[in-house]
Amino acid sequence: MQVLEYILLIFLVACAIAVSFSKNLLNSIIIFMSYSLVMSIIWTLLESPDLAITEAAVGAGVTSLLFFMTLKKIHAMREEGAEE
Amino acid sequence: MSRPVSEEEYKKKLFNRVHQWIRGEADPYMGNIETREQQERVLNKNVLARYKEDQEQVIKEVFDKEHNRFYKFFYRFYKATAVICCVVLVLLLLITVSYLPPVGNPGNPANNEVVEKYIEDAVKDTGAVNIVTGMILDYRAFDTFGESNVLFVATCTVLILMRDDKKKEQKTVPVKKQYEPKSDSILQKITALLFPIIVIFGIYVVLNGHLSPGGGFSGGAIIGAALILYTNAYGFEKTQKFFTEKTYKWVSFCALTFYCLAKSYSFYTGAHHLESGIPLGTAGDIISSGLILPLNICVGLVVACTMYAFYTLFKKGGF
Repeated sequence: MQVLEYILLIFLVACAIAVSFSKNLLNSIIIFMSYSLVMSIIWTLLESPDLAITEAAVGAGVTSLLFFMTLKKIHAMREEGAEE
Repeated sequence: MSRPVSEEEYKKKLFNRVHQWIRGEADPYMGNIETREQQERVLNKNVLARYKEDQEQVIKEVFDKEHNRFYKFFYRFYKATAVICCVVLVLLLLITVSYLPPVGNPGNPANNEVVEKYIEDAVKDTGAVNIVTGMILDYRAFDTFGESNVLFVATCTVLILMRDDKKKEQKTVPVKKQYEPKSDSILQKITALLFPIIVIFGIYVVLNGHLSPGGGFSGGAIIGAALILYTNAYGFEKTQKFFTEKTYKWVSFCALTFYCLAKSYSFYTGAHHLESGIPLGTAGDIISSGLILPLNICVGLVVACTMYAFYTLFKKGGF
C-alpha cells in the first residue's frame, strides 16, 4: 500500500509540473483531469471518501468540461470538421 | 384636503420621475447632456508607417542581444534570479514542511478539546452518524448556507458574462443547431444505460448524507454531472423538456429560502443548540437527525442546478 501511495504522489507531482510545461492547452486540460483523478484516489487512501466523490465529480468532470467549453469559445481548440 | 392633480402636473412630480427611472422608462440625463457618437479611429498611412519604423528600431536596438550589453546582462541576470528565487522558495517550503508535526501523533496541536467535543457529542446532539455532515449542517450550518449562496451568486455572475442576448427573431434554425451535439449512437446508448444509475447514485449520496460519506455537495455534483452527460448525448431540446430556466430559478430559490427559513431562527439566537421541533430519531435510520436530511436535499438541489447551469451558460449562453 505504501508503494502505491508513493507512486501516486510522484504521479501527482509529475502531472502538476507537466500542466505548466505543456504547450498545447488541450493537453494541459487532459493532464489536469488525470491529476484530479489521482487526487481522488489519494483522498480515498487518506480515508476521506466524501472528498474523493466530490473531487471525482467536480475536479475531473465538471471543471475540465468547463475548460473545454472555454477553449472552444476562444477558438483555441480546433472545432470538429474544421479541416474540410 | 387633497386636491386632484392633473395628469401633466403629475408627470412633472419627483415621485413619478424617480418611479420612471427605476422602471427604466426614462433617463434623467436624456436631453441634458451633450452626447456625440463615438467615432472610429482612423490612422493615417504616414503615422502607421512611422509606428512600424519605431517598433522595428526599438526591437533592433533594445533587444539586440549581441551588441546591447545592458540587455545581455539583464537577460542573464533575470534568468539567474528566477532560478535562485524558485530554489529558495522550494527550500523554504520544504524546511517548513519538515517542521510540521507527524501525522497521527496524539500530541498534535489539532488534537484539542474542540475535536473531543465534536467526536463525543456529535451523534447525541445532531443524530447524524456521519460526523462531518453533522458538523457542516448542524454546528456549522451557517457556513454551508453561505457556500450555497456563493454558488448561486457565481451562477448569476456567469449569467451576466455569458448570456446570449440576441433577439429571438434573429436566431434562425441553423444557428440554434450549432449548439446541438452530433447525435452519436454509441454515446446515446451508453448514456441510456448510465444516466439512471448515476442519478440514483447521486440521490443515494444526498439522502444518505447523515449516514455515510458524502452529502449534499457531493451528491449534487454527481447529479449535475449526470445532467451534463445527458445533454451531451441527446441535445438541449430533450433536456429542456424537464429542465428550463424557470426550473433552475424556482428550484434554487425554493431550496435557498427553505434553508434560510429553517435555520434562521437558530442563527438569530446566536446558533445555540435549539430544538428544531423535529425529533432526532434513532441514529442510523434514514429518517433521523432532524433537519439535516431536508437541508442536505436543499444543498444537493442547489449544487446540481448550478453545475448544469454553468454548463449550459458556457455552451450556448442561456438555458
